[in-house]
Amino acid sequence: MASVERAIPSGIMHGGGGGGDEPRRRDFLSIAALSFGGVGVAAVIVPLVNQMNPSADVLAQSTTEIDLSAIAPGQAIKASFRKQPLFVRNLTPLEIAEADKVALSSLRDPETLTQRTREGKKNWLITLGVCTHLGCVPLGAGEGEIKGEYGGYFCPCHGSVYDSAARIRKGPAPKNLAVPEYKFLSETTVTVG
Amino acid sequence: MSFPWAKQYEPKSGLTQWIDARLPLPRFVYNAVGGGYPVPRNLNYFWNFGVLAGIALVLQIVTGIVLAMHFAANGAIAFDSVEHIMRDVNSGWMIRYAHANGASMFLAVVYIHISRGLYYGSYKAPREMLWLLGVVIFLLMMATAFMGYVLPWGQMSFWGAQVITGFFSALPVVGESIRIWLLGGFAPDSATLNRFFSLHYLLPFVTLGVIILHIWALHIPGSNNPTGVEVKGEQDTVPFHPYYTAKDGFGLGVFLVIFCALIFFAPNMLGHPDNYIPANPLSTPAHIVPEWYFLPFYAILKSFTADFILDAKLWGVLAMFGSILLLFFLPWLDTSPVRSANYRPTYRIFLVILLVDVLVLGYIGGAEATARNVIIGQIASVYYFAHFLIILPTVSAMERPRPLPNSITESVLGKSSTGGSFGAAVPAE
Repeated sequence: MASVERAIPSGIMHGGGGGGDEPRRRDFLSIAALSFGGVGVAAVIVPLVNQMNPSADVLAQSTTEIDLSAIAPGQAIKASFRKQPLFVRNLTPLEIAEADKVALSSLRDPETLTQRTREGKKNWLITLGVCTHLGCVPLGAGEGEIKGEYGGYFCPCHGSVYDSAARIRKGPAPKNLAVPEYKFLSETTVTVG
Repeated sequence: MSFPWAKQYEPKSGLTQWIDARLPLPRFVYNAVGGGYPVPRNLNYFWNFGVLAGIALVLQIVTGIVLAMHFAANGAIAFDSVEHIMRDVNSGWMIRYAHANGASMFLAVVYIHISRGLYYGSYKAPREMLWLLGVVIFLLMMATAFMGYVLPWGQMSFWGAQVITGFFSALPVVGESIRIWLLGGFAPDSATLNRFFSLHYLLPFVTLGVIILHIWALHIPGSNNPTGVEVKGEQDTVPFHPYYTAKDGFGLGVFLVIFCALIFFAPNMLGHPDNYIPANPLSTPAHIVPEWYFLPFYAILKSFTADFILDAKLWGVLAMFGSILLLFFLPWLDTSPVRSANYRPTYRIFLVILLVDVLVLGYIGGAEATARNVIIGQIASVYYFAHFLIILPTVSAMERPRPLPNSITESVLGKSSTGGSFGAAVPAE
């Protein structure tokens, strides 16, 4: 026994309540091992959380091409973009004038119609058809649907009213209908996304 | 833990002795719901609802496991697979109706169970942990019920998922990312349906685990009772079996009569016809309403119509979650030392008003958002919060309670409570 004891560094043999100033070598090893394991567990959480994010095939559906030629002034269509409804609206000059004369300071989410449309294409209002309150599809794009008192869109779920530039004017929704990224490929086609 | 006079489990046969020495599971059951658990002798029928809730959960798990054998969690065929269960699977219609109405029965029983706790002060010391675990179970149930309602992939399923996950987009900055992460896409789709199915299968078992903790926490102090007076001696209790197994058995019979009446005579009464229309991401139903058991909370959500520092939308979501999270603080908001509302004349009136208030919220939650209904909803929402945050602490501080009986036995035997001022801890007999 005596020979064994001599072979082991004293730091390990004297543990317990150990009066020594140095941390014990075994404590160091325990902390290092646990920390390493902890880092490993934390690293495993990343893929477990990330698997919930949209998968590659969902992201691959992220652009949509739309033909505008059939939409007459005053008409609108509902298309689908990323599985969400998309409103494409051909504004009449009267609707443009109405949207332009609204004072910005009176808006909850101040934006001009010019900011919400492309240059020279002020009549093409392209927005998501997703109410910014809780995600219902507002009415007003389809033939014969209620457009609400500001001549734009009306959400039947909780009564949000949007104007002819699809800006929020009344009700619980906090933001204007979102304008997605899009560009004109020609006079009559746009690609969204 | 139990009262010192609790009967001990005594295995008679050689086999039960052999088991008891190796795995004392029969002893555990005997002490939990058998003759070894002494219970106050004066419990009324409101004390049936805990057991009924447990039975409702078991019914949901059994019918749910069967439904999962026939259901396909894929956006393209989920709706059809539910119709397949209804039309083709042997007895499928009955099992699905039992599951759908079982959810309503479960929530109904739990609402009565919670109301019982509110009336008789079951959340007060030393039962705070019991109450907190109960609120956790309630939250788990709501999450499970919501995700289950999404699975048939009808119009209400889809738009319910859209609206409820939309709550998270109200959070500033990270809200939209969290919503997309929850959905696994930009709108509810197969990815959403699949994960909801997975979680809908998991959460009932989590709930079961928390229920075991709930019952454990119950068995430390033992059951509360209609007087709210602590058990003082053996004469105040009777063994759980056969006294309360019999009483619960009768309650179970009534429960099953109502349950069967729903399944066989009005299986769709509590549902929405719109959910028999397949999910359509491009068309919102004219009137989205959640299931009846969420209506009061939905009314609170809808009551915020104007911005005030934060978005109206964020306020609505915070208030809705807050209205439930408030229950976690209840044991400390009610400072009255008297538990039972039978002896609290002022509190009792306000509790009845709260009940009416919640019913009004429930009505408003399901009604159209007309100007009149919005105002009523706002008043009722304010009152809900005022009850817990203002009225309850004030009443607790000012109220003069009626004299308590000296003991459970005294109240049962109908003696006049002369001299039974509060706090007199004299055991009867």
